[in-house]
Amino acid sequence: MIALAVRGLTKRFGDIVANDHIDLDVAQGEIHGLLGENGAGKSVLSSCIYGLYRPDSGRIFLWGKEVHITSPFDAIRLGIGMVHQHLMLVPHLSVWENIVLGREPRRGIQVDRKKVLRDIEKLFEETGFQLDLSEEIANLPVGVRQQVEILKVLFRGADILILDEPTAVLTPQEVDQLLATLRRLKAQGKTIIFISHKLKEVFALCDRVTVLRRGKKVGTLPIGEATPEILAEMMVGRRVFFEFPKERVEKGGVLLTLREVSTNPPGVPLKGISFDVRSGEILGIAGVEGNGQSELVEVLVGLRRPKGGAVLFQGKDITHSSPKERIRLGIAHVPEDRHRLGVILDFSIWENLVLGFETEPPFRKGWITLNLQAIRSFARQKIREFEITVPHENVPLRTLSGGNQQKVVVARELAFEPSLLVACQPTRGLDVAATEYLRNLLLAARRKGKAVLLISADLDEIRALSDRVLVMYEGKIVGELAPESDEYQFGLLMGGKGFDEAGVASSS
Amino acid sequence: MKRGLRLPLEVFAVGLAFLFGMLVLLVAGYPPLQALFALFRGAFGTRNALGQTLTQATPILFTSLAFLLGFRSGIFNIGVEGQFLVGAFVAALSGIFIRGLSFPVHALLALFLGGLGGAIYALFPALLKVYLGAHEVITTMMLSYVALYLTSYFVNYPLKAPGWVAQTELVASSARLPRILPPTQLSLAFPIAIGFAFLVFWFLERTVPGFSIKAVGMNPEASESRGIPVRKYQVLAFVLSGFIAGIGGGGEILGVHGRFVDGFSPGYGWDGIAVSLVGRLHPLGCIFASVLFGMLRAGGMVMTRVTKVPLDLSLIIQALVILFVAAPFFIRYLGGLLRRRRML
Repeated sequence: MIALAVRGLTKRFGDIVANDHIDLDVAQGEIHGLLGENGAGKSVLSSCIYGLYRPDSGRIFLWGKEVHITSPFDAIRLGIGMVHQHLMLVPHLSVWENIVLGREPRRGIQVDRKKVLRDIEKLFEETGFQLDLSEEIANLPVGVRQQVEILKVLFRGADILILDEPTAVLTPQEVDQLLATLRRLKAQGKTIIFISHKLKEVFALCDRVTVLRRGKKVGTLPIGEATPEILAEMMVGRRVFFEFPKERVEKGGVLLTLREVSTNPPGVPLKGISFDVRSGEILGIAGVEGNGQSELVEVLVGLRRPKGGAVLFQGKDITHSSPKERIRLGIAHVPEDRHRLGVILDFSIWENLVLGFETEPPFRKGWITLNLQAIRSFARQKIREFEITVPHENVPLRTLSGGNQQKVVVARELAFEPSLLVACQPTRGLDVAATEYLRNLLLAARRKGKAVLLISADLDEIRALSDRVLVMYEGKIVGELAPESDEYQFGLLMGGKGFDEAGVASSS
Repeated sequence: MKRGLRLPLEVFAVGLAFLFGMLVLLVAGYPPLQALFALFRGAFGTRNALGQTLTQATPILFTSLAFLLGFRSGIFNIGVEGQFLVGAFVAALSGIFIRGLSFPVHALLALFLGGLGGAIYALFPALLKVYLGAHEVITTMMLSYVALYLTSYFVNYPLKAPGWVAQTELVASSARLPRILPPTQLSLAFPIAIGFAFLVFWFLERTVPGFSIKAVGMNPEASESRGIPVRKYQVLAFVLSGFIAGIGGGGEILGVHGRFVDGFSPGYGWDGIAVSLVGRLHPLGCIFASVLFGMLRAGGMVMTRVTKVPLDLSLIIQALVILFVAAPFFIRYLGGLLRRRRML
């Protein structure tokens, strides 16, 4: 039975057609993937179904009957629930308070706590959730908060759940947990619309998948008939290559050496980290997030003073050099959290492109004057070279998509031929096309004889790009593996299992 | 990002503030149009009125620029008043005790020393913030009172000129900033203030330290990671902020009063904060905003004299202007509403 049907739905914002005559059929009890690049119209479509936007034309049918959803209240009443990407919880209320908020069973003017707890217990039994109801939301990890958000929607009696890019904020473990939760809900007969641009999750979870591109529906496929290549081509509109042919590159001399580097808290303390990076190689650092990767990067770029050990770059001791000195020496950094460390959102594109180089001629002329002409022509050249989609170099960076923002960062970092690139989670949150573009850039850097240190929680990415892989666990390097090693071995090391158990010889 | 002036929106806010002010008048039983007319005539109607308006605008233009410069680096220097007073005091002393210099040199030196006094007075909270983490809102506010009472002590006791007013001796005539629109009090300090507005604009938009200060203000962590020494630029912005405030104080003494009079500032430093916001934290916007506030001060006095409307009304309008400009979403909403009406 078709739970939800959409016919000819069109939504315009000014001149932009965000949804162009979209048809969608979602069967009862299926997990239906809604796939597309950033800006393809997935969120707009789901917002129309949930009543956040009013479509300009088109009809929506629920269980075969036409419905007019004018607000989320209508949607909830009709049994449609939505879990937003940015969770909408009250941080200083408890789990149960958040679940019932706005739908509190009452006795007089009081909340009927007994009934609340009974109702939630019942919901737990039906859906297999298990949470500490009295815990404050603020104390919970994101993955658990998301469970609360789902429970909130279920508590309101939703039969059709829409999840808007639910995995974007989760760690790999939390993603696994979420997928298990959704499968369980499906088994109970819930209908789920799963919005994503990550192929892997769609394959792991969905029964059918509908692909949108630039506001139009490209098609709907049963997952059995789809391959990553087919879906990616539908999303991007051209063939996408998942294999990154790594040419043989002659490795150069040692560029960067870490010797017994250790740090103090705050953060995960590093415990005697030592390794070398050579020119012309990509050294991958794998590991579950929060095992000292961020701290390691901070030591490398000069944002954190090590407690002991030394960092050598081109044979020079840079352990105590400032970030500026390191930039001048040719160490580039694509940070993990670009909004925090990589860009200034309210600066324009050109200001972001020159950030950190404004003190160097030709961008500075005379004592303190900026050479705006030189800076702007530099910016325009980078916008062309890196195919940054932007109307003008003057617009604030904030208005750009994530992929284009990341291109700004990379364009700047690679602008003056650095010899070492420290790239952290370089493709996180990016869509397929931007991801492909950035991975190719890293390989191009390697081809030019630069050294790349690739820190990523995405094991597939690490294995596809790296020449060697080190695994980090609790502030230590626990082993080195070849990228071809099987996932099981990586998994053991990443989980902190000793080297011998992983069945490989130690490199040191 | 360049901050545009977005003049229409601000003008709209000001118009709305006047409208509400008139409404208050009406309710209070005064003739609103007559009062409004008196206010405008008192602010711009005659040569005298214009001079008075610009004279009132001068110190708050300085203090608004001072606040703005700190703000753009992420520093909330609400102690502009203190730096303004110290600047005024140092300029007065330089005018009185430095001898043997002729006119432009003596006046400019005294003005500069006033700026230096303000800068040094801002250096304390800057260092306290950067090295000890003491929040500047607390320290600068406290230091404002220190400045207020310390200067008051000096002009009441050791430096008091004979007579019953708490004030210093007159500064040497070589240290006075000449009047430029006699017989009004408008002095050379006004064009100097305008010059500073353009200087600050140039500094923020066209220089490396200006760029760095803005970067630090908007995202200190990203600035640090891109090799910009955050602390250094915060101290620099703080000190420059104090410098401009000090020049403003000096200009008021050397241009208007000729001596340090106890309590001569009705809170120019505090006004500067509001004016800076009304000017959208843009140096050139501050020119318009300070003239607006000067107008309300100067015109308000005339209005009170002519129509018996209490001076409080012009204060109410000032407050409404701040309120409406500080609530851009509200104004934009109203603006959108009007535009939609027009389209129908």
